[in-house]
Amino acid sequence: MRLTGAQAVWESLVREGVTTVFGISGGAVIHLYHALPDYPIHHVLMRHEQAAAHAADGYARATGRVGVCMATSGPGATNLVTGLATAYMDSSPVVAITGQVPTPIIGTDAFQEVDITGITLPITKHNYLVTDIEELPTVIKEAFYIARTGRPGPVLVDIAKDVQAAAIEYVYPDTVNLPGYRLPQEDISSPIQRAAQMLNEAQRPLIIAGHGVILAGAEDDLLALVEKANVPVATTLLGIGAIPETHPLCLGMAGMHGEAYTNQALSEADLIIALGSRFDDRLTGPPSQFVRQARLIHVDVDPAEIDKNVAVNLAVVGDLKDVLPALVPLVEEKDHTAWLARIQEWRNESAQRDILAQETDELLPQYVVRQIWHATQGNVIVVSDVGQNQMWEAQYFIHHRRRGLISSGGLGTMGFALPAAIGVQMALPHEQVWVTVGDGGFQMNIQELATVVQEKLPLKIAILNNGYLGMVRQWQQLFFEGRYSGTPLLGPDFARVAEAYGIAGLTVREKSQVVPAIAQALATDGPFLIDFRIVQEENVYPMVAPGAPVHHMIRRPVPANDVLKEDRT
Amino acid sequence: MRHTLIALMEDKPGVLNRVSSLFRRRNYNIESLTVGHSETPGISRMTIVVNGDDRIVQQVARQLSKLINVTQVVDVSDKPAVIRELALIKVRAGHGARSEIMELANVFRAKVVDVGKTSLTVEITGTEEKVDSLIGLLQPFGIEELARTGRVAMVRGGNGGQAANLQP
Repeated sequence: MRLTGAQAVWESLVREGVTTVFGISGGAVIHLYHALPDYPIHHVLMRHEQAAAHAADGYARATGRVGVCMATSGPGATNLVTGLATAYMDSSPVVAITGQVPTPIIGTDAFQEVDITGITLPITKHNYLVTDIEELPTVIKEAFYIARTGRPGPVLVDIAKDVQAAAIEYVYPDTVNLPGYRLPQEDISSPIQRAAQMLNEAQRPLIIAGHGVILAGAEDDLLALVEKANVPVATTLLGIGAIPETHPLCLGMAGMHGEAYTNQALSEADLIIALGSRFDDRLTGPPSQFVRQARLIHVDVDPAEIDKNVAVNLAVVGDLKDVLPALVPLVEEKDHTAWLARIQEWRNESAQRDILAQETDELLPQYVVRQIWHATQGNVIVVSDVGQNQMWEAQYFIHHRRRGLISSGGLGTMGFALPAAIGVQMALPHEQVWVTVGDGGFQMNIQELATVVQEKLPLKIAILNNGYLGMVRQWQQLFFEGRYSGTPLLGPDFARVAEAYGIAGLTVREKSQVVPAIAQALATDGPFLIDFRIVQEENVYPMVAPGAPVHHMIRRPVPANDVLKEDRT
Repeated sequence: MRHTLIALMEDKPGVLNRVSSLFRRRNYNIESLTVGHSETPGISRMTIVVNGDDRIVQQVARQLSKLINVTQVVDVSDKPAVIRELALIKVRAGHGARSEIMELANVFRAKVVDVGKTSLTVEITGTEEKVDSLIGLLQPFGIEELARTGRVAMVRGGNGGQAANLQP
């Protein structure tokens, strides 16, 4: 079959099962866009290339399939960078295709030329510059293979414009030949036996479930392990959904803004098994002070994560989908009654301190999030942004479903939520998708409201609007003498902005309006935006102060009439 | 502690950039890095000397292995290995100094490879320590130019080629 380079790209994407591509056209991809209408692929025209990368990332996280984005050379390509870095930090399988200036003028600082393979070297799992059309099908094949296998990640393919226009006798390879790319294949039966032995001997074991559990699709295997050995599970932010948060053994999120009882459990466990988690500093605090009393087992598909941030007693390098089924039969049934009872005590204490247990007429963000959960019973996918809103969502939305929370964890990219949600909704048109976002992050990709309308996506958008870059303001309040430098934030009337785009919107200023507003959003067929004007200086509690070990938490200040005793810490 | 890593990688454009970019980005302290062809066409061989404790060096090796174009990485620090460096040293050599410099070169089994009006160029091959000592002895004469290759290394013995020698 004789194809142009541009046709070869689309033909290869079709063979990889791609049905949706997020992108923006331009001079260096004009051949690609010219060929596009002949292929059964839906192209979602975004309003910014960063959003295209986030949308592809959201698509990938919601489905486990490779998300694809496309941009032209130069500024189109550099605009992808934040989105690719986001996908890289969170191990999300994305393939980005960029146009490059024609081969003869590469290196001459041509119009809209940029060295995008050089720029994205440290933020992609791998990348390619294609200057020879003969290599094109192989490169696309490899790009998809690398993106989705092992520890997933983004791969960028930069294709010179003349390659897109050239012709080739098209053959798509069946297999890849990558001698330097090895997936874990060592015999791990002995470390697995050792892990089982350590778990069987432990008195106070605890599992940290990370994003890797979800990426591996090992949620059922995790549940089997947890229920057999009666081990409590803390999750990382991206591990939320690895085990239903309604499960009695699920302790919720640990780390900087984890529940106090969860961090307390971490710091008193005698064995911690980290599954698909890389001991991020937001989880561990200073590595030297991280759970020195516990023995550590680390299971990860990426050997380079072992001993990187925290030195461990035992490493199992492998896919959780292989490791967990092998581990479960070796694990003894236990009840751990005393340990679980102790955790329950801390849990009860935390529940009493919960701000939702206090009576107030103030419009609290925690209340908003909990009411969204209540109205939907959690049967939705939430795409959260970054900052205080992200932590409130993680704390107060009860995630029982798999891949039910999508958020930028590692890079912490403000502006992620709206475009990522577009990707999620494109992938799963029959699911209800909520965006929870602050007024700061929302303004970083607000232009994507046009894409929402264009694609008729019924996204529900909840802005937790406090008029601040709130997380930084919180730090300034707590650690920088209350000097609010660069954090007060002017915003537009978001409901009217929504209306200008053709999206129904509401502004909520009173607590009593929260439930009716959410009900109205749910009753509306199309997209809906609610601008919740929350208490401006509400903080995220509890909080591990920077540099402190995880169990030294700043708790919510106790009201004067409160009978609770002072902080343990 | 100094460790010697040997890495085999595909000889493709940009691969050296990938490796050096990795070292820079992860803040690894690399003392020397040499690269050239290996016995297999299309495969380059790199010798890397890295400073750090075992955990750092293990990280370097694992991160290197993750690069798609890198086919093998071995830490040969604990293995019996032939370790060599080559240096070209241009020494100021006035009338009286020439013979003395040549004598020194002889003692080190170094070669004088160029004789100029006012200088001599000496080529020496050996361990870094040997190269260091010759440089130290030549310093009083005045070293005008110095080019060192950095370390190359090969595990001793074995007869099965690189794969056998480089078993981790």
